[in-house]
Amino acid sequence: MPSLKDLKNRINSVKNTRKITKAMQMVAAAKLRRAQEAAEAGRPYAERMNAVMTSLAAGVAGSEGAPRLLAGSGKDQTHLLVVMTAERGLCGGFNSSIAKLARTHAQELTAQGKTVKILTVGKKGREQLKRDWAHAFVGHIDLSDVKRVGYANAADIARQATAYFDNGEADVVTVFFSRFQSVISQIPTAQQIIPAKFEAEAGAASSLYDYEPSEETILADLLPRNIATQIFTALLENGASEQGARMSAMDNATRNAGDMINKLTIQFNRSRQAAITKELIEIISGAEAL
Amino acid sequence: MAGNLQFDLVSPERRLASVPATEVQIPGAEGDMTAMEGHSPTITTLRPGILRAVTADGVKSYVVTGGFADISPSGVTVLAERAIPTEEASSTILDEILAEARSLADAAAPEDKAQAEKTVSDVVALRDAVLKH
Repeated sequence: MPSLKDLKNRINSVKNTRKITKAMQMVAAAKLRRAQEAAEAGRPYAERMNAVMTSLAAGVAGSEGAPRLLAGSGKDQTHLLVVMTAERGLCGGFNSSIAKLARTHAQELTAQGKTVKILTVGKKGREQLKRDWAHAFVGHIDLSDVKRVGYANAADIARQATAYFDNGEADVVTVFFSRFQSVISQIPTAQQIIPAKFEAEAGAASSLYDYEPSEETILADLLPRNIATQIFTALLENGASEQGARMSAMDNATRNAGDMINKLTIQFNRSRQAAITKELIEIISGAEAL
Repeated sequence: MAGNLQFDLVSPERRLASVPATEVQIPGAEGDMTAMEGHSPTITTLRPGILRAVTADGVKSYVVTGGFADISPSGVTVLAERAIPTEEASSTILDEILAEARSLADAAAPEDKAQAEKTVSDVVALRDAVLKH
């Protein structure tokens, strides 16, 4: 049975924890709004880019001269997994679910006899994958100094990923991130970016356009940009997901702390009452004995 | 009076403009072009240059560093890698862009060298054109 003083200390410490989680929840809510706005603002560009790429790719895909980024290297032996997670923890299952998806993916590929290489973005995912997959790590991109993820960061990641492909060190590149659904639901997603995949729609649309310079030149120019755009979208989605996950995790933590305080207070009051009763009994039985 | 076409300028980070315009001057990779209503559908890549849109409230101009434009009879959508309204493009920003282009040109593989150097000279021309105003 803890003493009254211990209980009092315990209650105070839980109260302090509740203050912290409450503050973190509010900060996350504010950041979430900003992250959502950023994701929203990036959407028109990504959508247009995708529409144009789809029609361009449909026209070129079958031909001999298709760029390598679209056609692939002709093999699928080495897979590069770009695992994007947060730089900070305390956001519920956000980092673990991405790491878990990447891990299952890597295990499947290894079981098929493929080589797996991992490029991590964000500290937390690296820490989680270190135990089983440290031998597969080929690099790490640190975004902890970046206050607001910009297109330049995405372009940088894209450049590194493309370099692996160009040097023949990877045949397929897949990014792992969390798609933002709502505050309580974020879906870990794997998206293949090299070779580029487009939903094949009616290819007829492409012939309507004039191209300047030629179709192939434009495609070769746009493919690397498209990769950067996809990574940028993924980063933004990830940012919003992280804040959403943190917000709901901290909301839960705040509520749990509240419950705990209530429970401890009841215990505290009971033991105080018990102490008083005990003293009374002692006095009364002492008086009676006389 | 020529009819209007919808002019959209988007960068990866935000939408910069979405207004009706009577004509849009685009710095295409193979030369400038002006798109007006009824232009045949065209996709062109951009070189670093100045993009001008003639709208009801006057001419709006933007510094763009590359990307592409999707022209259809009823509208122009410019997807720029980086776009800044000309008034906001100070010499520091332009110098930064120039330095970036130069370092890319220095690092470029031999087969891309000519392309990268053309980009540098485009940026130099762009810088001169903007700073003259």
